[in-house]
Amino acid sequence: MIRIENVSLKHGAASILYDISLDIPKGGITALIGPNGAGKSSLLSLIARLQPLQSGKISIDGFPVDKTPNRDLAKIIAILRQDSIVTSRLRVRELVGFGRFPHGRGRLTSEDHAVIGQSLQQFDLTDLADRFLETLSGGQRQRALVAMAFAQGTDYLLLDEPLNNLDMYFSRELMRSLRAIADDAGKTVVIVLHDINQAAAHADRIVAMKAGRIIADGTPAELLTSETLQRIFSFDMPVITIDGTPVVMHFR
Amino acid sequence: MVDRRLACLGVAALLCILAYMTIGLRGNIGFVLALRATKLAALIQVSVSIAISTVIFQTVTNNRILTPSIMGLDALYLFGQMLLVFLLGGLGYAALDPQLKFSGEVLLLMALAAGLLLPMLKHRIDMGLMLLAGIILGVLFRSLQSLLARLVDPNDFAVAQGASFANFNDVRTDLLIFAAVLTVVGVVIAWRARHVLDILALGADSATGLGVTWSRTVTGFLLLVAALVAVSTALVGPVAFFGLLVVAVAERIVDTRRHAMMMPAAALTAIVILVGGQTLFQHGLGNSSTLGVVIEFAGGLAFLVLLFLGSRK
Ligand SMILES: Nc1ncnc2c1ncn2[C@@H]1O[C@H](COP(=O)(O)OP(=O)(O)O)[C@@H](O)[C@H]1O
Ligand SMILES: [Mg+2]
Repeated sequence: MIRIENVSLKHGAASILYDISLDIPKGGITALIGPNGAGKSSLLSLIARLQPLQSGKISIDGFPVDKTPNRDLAKIIAILRQDSIVTSRLRVRELVGFGRFPHGRGRLTSEDHAVIGQSLQQFDLTDLADRFLETLSGGQRQRALVAMAFAQGTDYLLLDEPLNNLDMYFSRELMRSLRAIADDAGKTVVIVLHDINQAAAHADRIVAMKAGRIIADGTPAELLTSETLQRIFSFDMPVITIDGTPVVMHFR
Repeated sequence: MVDRRLACLGVAALLCILAYMTIGLRGNIGFVLALRATKLAALIQVSVSIAISTVIFQTVTNNRILTPSIMGLDALYLFGQMLLVFLLGGLGYAALDPQLKFSGEVLLLMALAAGLLLPMLKHRIDMGLMLLAGIILGVLFRSLQSLLARLVDPNDFAVAQGASFANFNDVRTDLLIFAAVLTVVGVVIAWRARHVLDILALGADSATGLGVTWSRTVTGFLLLVAALVAVSTALVGPVAFFGLLVVAVAERIVDTRRHAMMMPAAALTAIVILVGGQTLFQHGLGNSSTLGVVIEFAGGLAFLVLLFLGSRK
């Protein structure tokens, strides 16, 4: 379980997060939604100890993120940042292989190679495995980065807007892959999404943030109502239900 | 299995070394060979330390244009050397064993480099600013060094290096053994860290996510870079663009940034250019003191090309 207790964050005088407390139990997909600047990326980077905790506590499976050795955390939790850019000249297979670093400090065993192959396959990258990253489209590169995080083999996976640059087909494929690893492998996925209908269709739980606070939290059916969405995004959008899944008409 | 391109580079380096040792042997062959072997050892150390320190520095700062010398580290070394002469000159510093002095200078450079560069890296200032800061620091330390040079006792002055540019003809052979130990230790550390360097090249956040403690690791590498810069600067003097040239050429030859390939490739490329160039200038083109100038010219061109390509991306 990821346990967040009374976490606040400031950059200089500006408050970014206000006293956030949240428990994310093991297993399932939790979608984090909210307008730009709500603090979603900041919260994820605190959970993944990419920036130091200023106040409050965060623990993962009981390990406090600010006191547990970095190496050990890297075997429990993997993160894909929103604006990951890789400047090195690398092939897709090499990049995905870096995900195995926490396990062998760079020496790849046959087991590692098996995991790498499986990640490539899971994210439809087998045909692209020997291509250089800079020769890929933005969406293909994004998938390679997700595959790398998956190859890390952690129980917890934090993904910050992984659908960026993905077309409709691959957005759906990625969400289905995440659904599969959550259901079959018992992984815990926390994902920042802007496409609220993806959250509706694939997430078990939606947590909504606004201006540094959590303002709504529940299953898609509970949370995706016109009133709640109005509260989160400050505009009116009709919600209809198709085959039991809420569909938010935010585009009209 | 060794990569084919790496093997070619190795053969080329070996040929250059052979040519350096054997072309134009005359007179007392035993004596000449011994003399050449000493200089060769120095040239190889300089090549390896510049190549490895540049690769690591570029990885740690996440750029392809900066090198330790462009950031003024060699100027800092010469400044530190002069500072020690200035502060301790009256205490008979000049008469101390050169190896002992060298160790002091290495430690001082490591401390100064870490003190200056770490804050810049921690605040993740961008490349343009880094470059500017490096140029300013370089000028600053060169001026401070020449100021100190005017203030020290002329008898002590001879102890510090006067040269402000590299001379591959006139190497400090008295430091050779000690420098060799430093270089070998540095290379072993760098080689063992090749996978960690690959991870650092992904950037601070990705490296943290993969379990590398960024600030501690980067501090360690900066200290290593400083020690290697001290080796090459002590042996031949400051070399501004050589590292940049070598790494840019090596990266194009092996076509990867994996450090298991890049580090040996850069070191071998440096040996080919330096030892091969020295042979060529000694025997073919007559005047061996111009090699430094030619290398700097080519390196400077490489710098401009990289800057130009980088700015268009
Ligand atoms: N390094 C920083 N310095 C100052 N402000 C920052 C920094 N990083 C983020 N912020 C601010 O924190 C707020 C939340 O940002 P972020 O967590 O990226 O939001 P989201 O991911 O929800 O769009 C924004 O107002 C942003 O401007
Ligand atoms: Mg964000």
